[in-house]
Amino acid sequence: MSALLIIEQVLNGLQFGVMLFLMAAGLTLIFGVMGLINLAHGSLYMIGAFAAAAVAGATGSFILALGAALAAAAIAGALIEITVIRRLYGKAHLDQVLATFALILIFSEGTRWVFGSFPLFLDIPDYLSGPVTLPGGIQYPFYRLTLIAAGLLVGLGLWFLIERTRVGIQIRAGENDREMIAALGIDITRLYTLVFAIGAALAGLAGALVGAIQSVQVGMGEPVLILAFVVIVIGGIGSIKGAFIGALLVGLTDTLGGIFLPELFKLFMEPGAATQTGSALASMAIYILMSLVLIWRPTGLFGARA
Amino acid sequence: MIPERLVNAILFAGLIAVPLCALVADEPFTITLVTRAVILAIAAVGLNIALGIGGLVSLGHAVFFGLGGYAMGVLAFHAQTYTPLNLGPLTIAGTKSMPLIWLAATAISAFVAWIIGLLSLRTSGVYFIMITLAFGQMFFYFAISWSTYGGEDGLSIYVRNGFPGLNTLIPIQFFGLSFIILSVVLFLNARLQASPFGLALNAARQVPARVETVGLNPMRLKLVAFVVSGAITGLAGALFADLNRFVSPTMFSWQLSGELIVLIIIGGVGRLFGPVIGACLFVTLEHWLGGLTDFWHVFLGLILLAIVLFARGGIMGLLTGKEGTHV
Amino acid sequence: MKKLLMATAALALGATTALAETKIGMITTLSGGGAGLGIDVRDGFMLAIKQSGRDDIEVVIEDDQRKPDIAVQLADKMVQSERVDILTGIIWSNLAMAVIPSVTAQGKFYLSPNAGPSALAGQGCHQNYFNVAWQNDNLHEAAGAYAAEAGYKNSFILAPNYPAGQDALTGYKRMFGGELAGEVYTQLGQTDYAAEIAQIRASGADSVFFFLPGGMGISFLKQYADSGVELPVIGPAFSFDQGILQAVGDAALGVVNTSQWNKDIDNPTNNAFVETFQTEYGRLPSLYASQGFDTANLILSALDKAEVSDADAFRDALRAADFSSTRGAFKFGPNHHPIQTIYAREVIKEGDVYTNKIIGVALEDHADAYAADCKM
Repeated sequence: MSALLIIEQVLNGLQFGVMLFLMAAGLTLIFGVMGLINLAHGSLYMIGAFAAAAVAGATGSFILALGAALAAAAIAGALIEITVIRRLYGKAHLDQVLATFALILIFSEGTRWVFGSFPLFLDIPDYLSGPVTLPGGIQYPFYRLTLIAAGLLVGLGLWFLIERTRVGIQIRAGENDREMIAALGIDITRLYTLVFAIGAALAGLAGALVGAIQSVQVGMGEPVLILAFVVIVIGGIGSIKGAFIGALLVGLTDTLGGIFLPELFKLFMEPGAATQTGSALASMAIYILMSLVLIWRPTGLFGARA
Repeated sequence: MIPERLVNAILFAGLIAVPLCALVADEPFTITLVTRAVILAIAAVGLNIALGIGGLVSLGHAVFFGLGGYAMGVLAFHAQTYTPLNLGPLTIAGTKSMPLIWLAATAISAFVAWIIGLLSLRTSGVYFIMITLAFGQMFFYFAISWSTYGGEDGLSIYVRNGFPGLNTLIPIQFFGLSFIILSVVLFLNARLQASPFGLALNAARQVPARVETVGLNPMRLKLVAFVVSGAITGLAGALFADLNRFVSPTMFSWQLSGELIVLIIIGGVGRLFGPVIGACLFVTLEHWLGGLTDFWHVFLGLILLAIVLFARGGIMGLLTGKEGTHV
Repeated sequence: MKKLLMATAALALGATTALAETKIGMITTLSGGGAGLGIDVRDGFMLAIKQSGRDDIEVVIEDDQRKPDIAVQLADKMVQSERVDILTGIIWSNLAMAVIPSVTAQGKFYLSPNAGPSALAGQGCHQNYFNVAWQNDNLHEAAGAYAAEAGYKNSFILAPNYPAGQDALTGYKRMFGGELAGEVYTQLGQTDYAAEIAQIRASGADSVFFFLPGGMGISFLKQYADSGVELPVIGPAFSFDQGILQAVGDAALGVVNTSQWNKDIDNPTNNAFVETFQTEYGRLPSLYASQGFDTANLILSALDKAEVSDADAFRDALRAADFSSTRGAFKFGPNHHPIQTIYAREVIKEGDVYTNKIIGVALEDHADAYAADCKM
């Protein structure tokens, strides 16, 4: 295996990780501020992808499609926050799990009701398609480089929002002391709706960006949701920094595990069996990583409290 | 409001009456449906020990359900192909005998629950939910790739396993067997809740620090509860596989773990008969709504939402006017 | 309960009540991610029943949600409660394995409109089980044969790590005979193939074979087209079906895939089927719709000859396969799986619609590899 191939695979792992970060950031933000486990986060990802596909199909513009994804997911997020989620803040985790599980059922089958059972079409715009040659002669899809850049940019923006703006101060205060911030005369209800909508919009953006190179279909959100949970648990729930590190760890483990584990087993097994065993172990790799992290640090890498 | 004991008695009587009526009316499928509800109830009663009394929200109980299923599948597979099962130094013959399969299913589930419990109980809250989910996913992906026993296709057992003196292929007889197991499990659960261990466990959920000061180890209490819970869910898995005469990796899926939790919440967390009500309602909804529209998941979702938002303490809480345990 | 009572047509005409004499149970996937396939099989099947004009056939349709335990439960219901004579409809191999052995053991007939697991074609074959679509390996074998004929010497092959995926690669290798530049098992449900595409690029292969059904195939093709790797791709029809081609778009253009059916097979039955299907449902028929249509017509042809209650006569009538298939000539092998011609198709664009056109024959009158193991 050449060094170039390894570098290319590392890039793939990074890109996967950055996309996971977009999902995980919203999830961890919502948990950190409101203490809510939101299983329906994957549905918001799906809504983003479907909105993008619908608008791209109607207008042909990818930029408009991204805008629609952000808007649709944010609106859907705000809507469920006001009608359902708001009633769950004081409740046990168990109730939150059940209620948001119910929302998954409603969104998945509702989407199928509206858009039908067949996958939708969403493509990369011409100006972003095709490979570029990187230093060293690696051919790498331009769109995937754009994804890495977009993800990092959003991460930076999020950091700025939280560390440098007034809303950010309120969010951080909300994480630490709910009663105090309400006592200071800040409308906590509106703040919560806002945070939820931001998280939802991030998920919708991820859905639209990823939808262009994957299949836009009902149920696309659930596998990503599980991965996003793995990410935030590894990173420590509520920590944006943890989500970022966790996402990269998961992205790299998953991608590199899929390549190197079968190769590793070929050293002492016959190739066919090695490929199968290696692939089986690779699909378990991130869960093994997560349990190891939790056994070592029961509240994740950067988690403050349980 | 109705006293809880009365609700329990009515439910218990209903579970006997419905299959008997179906037997008279010659509607064997209704018996199969009730059996399904009974078996799911056993699994949920098992989970309720960890979740309702011990406060351990496990999103990985499908591990034990699946292990029970595969214990049955693997043993019956070796019996029906007349091949011995090699376990390293140990070689055993397959079996089609239910009592032996149940023993194997409970033992393996208890053992795995002990390992998972030892590792997972270091964490708490959301982290506990997620680490149990992670173990579930590991087993799921392992089962999918394990081609010896069918991988994703699963394993078919053509004839239901046998129980001495019964013909288990007759729906009402298999129902009877499952119902007796449910009754035994419920009885054990009631005794457990009232025992010193149950009381200590209850306290360990609410104020672990106080339990510690009286010289008990809350970790150990929770571990025992988790092992008992896993073993019961494993037994249910073996029965479920026998009901379908089929086992597949979906028994390990996180959706199934989620469904078990859903059953408990619908019925009422920590209530003795909560999981039973939940399982009956869930199977009825699944069967009835599924017949009404292709998009029945939407309505199932709306009903679940209504239960969380408006019926505190689940159906049991609604009927008795008392909230259940807080987890 | 969704009973599609064909007898209602007769009632509407003012005829006296016709009692349904034959009851067919269809268990198929109508909700969730894989619903498109089940809907196509159902629609194709019901079209044939409707065209037959018979009022003595009742079809009971239920949704298995793609869950094996639900499928088993529905099969119990069909047999115990609805008391059907014939079962059909299952899309996925794992569901088929869960249902078929037990219903055929109970003396019912099962006709598979889609899944054909190898276990049921060889030692596990049964006199009451008929497969009207293909044995699972068939289309992959045809892809291997096509690749060999096209002069490819060194293929990179990939499939998900589950039994049908392992069968696919085995099937391809059985007929290909060339070298393998790489053999990769991906995760079931995987959506990102960047790592595999990088391996393909580095492998020095001259062709790529993949079996990635449903959304997995859509993702792979889009990412492959964008990667700049120019190697020719071959696959079975499942990733180039009418239902999902529109979601793949330009990325699929020119790709060769193998199928036992296409809408441009020129025979009167097929021409009429393609036309009436479009009029009835407003979309082009798919492979799965054609399989559902053929399954129903096979049943109808057998019912013309014998009553279901006379199981031996009915079985002989099914085995004779005396009906006009959308695929042209149709006959069963000794294990009740089709012996049929498999074509190579190419993805083209007709106006705004992506579809397939036949470019040649991949395997002529092909039987599956397991028939010899079947002792009936």
